[in-house]
Amino acid sequence: MAGNNHVFLLTSLVLRDFRIRYRSMSLGVFWSLLNPLVMMGVLTFIFTRIFPESRSHNLHLSILSGLVLFNFFSLSWSAGTVSLLDSAGLIKRVPMPRVWIPVSAVLSNTIHLLIQIGLLLLLVVVAGIGVNIHWLLLPWILAMEVMFVCGLCLITSALHVYFRDVRYVVESAIMVLFWMVPVVYSFEMIPARYHSLYWYNPVAAVVIACRSVLLEGRMPAPETLAKLTAVSVVVFTLGLVWFQRLRHRFADYV
Amino acid sequence: MPRIEFARVSKTYSRQSRTFFWKYFSEAMGGARADPFYALRDVSFRVEHGESVGIIGPNGAGKSTLLSLIAGLTVPEQGTVRVDGRISTLMELGAGFHPDLTGRENLRVNAALLGYTRQQIDERTGRILEFSELGALIEEPLRTYSQGMMLRLAFSVAIHVSPDILLIDEVMVVGDQDFQRKGLDRLMEMRRAGVILICVSHAPDLLGMFCDRALWIERGRLEMDGPLRPVLDGYRSRAISAAAP
Repeated sequence: MAGNNHVFLLTSLVLRDFRIRYRSMSLGVFWSLLNPLVMMGVLTFIFTRIFPESRSHNLHLSILSGLVLFNFFSLSWSAGTVSLLDSAGLIKRVPMPRVWIPVSAVLSNTIHLLIQIGLLLLLVVVAGIGVNIHWLLLPWILAMEVMFVCGLCLITSALHVYFRDVRYVVESAIMVLFWMVPVVYSFEMIPARYHSLYWYNPVAAVVIACRSVLLEGRMPAPETLAKLTAVSVVVFTLGLVWFQRLRHRFADYV
Repeated sequence: MPRIEFARVSKTYSRQSRTFFWKYFSEAMGGARADPFYALRDVSFRVEHGESVGIIGPNGAGKSTLLSLIAGLTVPEQGTVRVDGRISTLMELGAGFHPDLTGRENLRVNAALLGYTRQQIDERTGRILEFSELGALIEEPLRTYSQGMMLRLAFSVAIHVSPDILLIDEVMVVGDQDFQRKGLDRLMEMRRAGVILICVSHAPDLLGMFCDRALWIERGRLEMDGPLRPVLDGYRSRAISAAAP
């Protein structure tokens, strides 16, 4: 299959997912925006009224940025993991490149991520924090998160064909990671000896980097960016190699 | 030149329903290794450019496995499968179809999955629509279609790919008689253009229309390979003697 043909197939699959999700809903894309806003409201209430000592400036934006990035991670990882089994008919009877099945699951969630990032940027500007030159780093940071999740999904979706327990492992891991990513707290609250734990966790690194760009107007620590990039590239490459090795027998096991 | 070559191909499936983990665990602990089930055993043949081959045999003989191996959907345990040329399949109609999308949207996704390029879809949509006889309905969501209309759309997309090798599962030749006639005409046309057709069937009448050679598969083995008529006769007499008390 020629290169541009791969691109065409992938965009067709992503577009299909996106259309299906919103076709029969009257409010369409607004559901994408409503969910993180409601969660932001609830969490902000908890952390300003119930634990008022933790109140910080622009807490709601800090929480929203964490939520948006974490939700993308959790939704696309769980959707990507089950994507091969969900497409059993394709796997068994249609000779198309399998790798696009999990990747398209992640990319169609990326569309929602971008919509929600748009909302976040809007709220940041409305709050008077303002645009700064470091915003130019955002596409890079987000691309790294997408790449990292694609890599994870290539690994877990292939495994899930052989071991049906994998989806539950993934779901549990997501629950744990919610608390291991600074969504409802900030990086500064974490004792320094645990910092390295966060630096090597790409999801945490993405949240930390986006907050420093959007809320503090500071360039993220180059070390954070470097580690984020390195881990994402490594996971993605491992995922590809792993997937290419396992894909030959998918049809025997789905 | 497009061609297909099987050299001593065997394909096994593990018989038990135990999951991977427990299987390896029990084998590692010295448990008995279950005998695999041979879907195909030691099958060799060649198909050259321009040939059109029917595959016959009773249910469960290994015909679909053979098709999957040619399509590259799975790999053999022993032997080698070599396929040169662009493959398309008429094994699954309506891959990727979704009821909430319109006929036209489904057409495009389905075509992309079958290996059409964007350019090919743009060029052929007109012909596909004409072939399907769906008219203005193509802009309606698929859930408003009858089963027959949906199959027509799927079949029309599938039959307009331009492969070197086309794999057909007989149950896919569908529709009312007029529409079926059109489908078969189109297959003949492809055959005249030199496309290798591989058609699986256990009701051999259809094969007479466009196959000149047949492979008879019986319990995973290649029982007979040769010109269509003798192989069909052999298969029929075998079927009859097997049915007799």
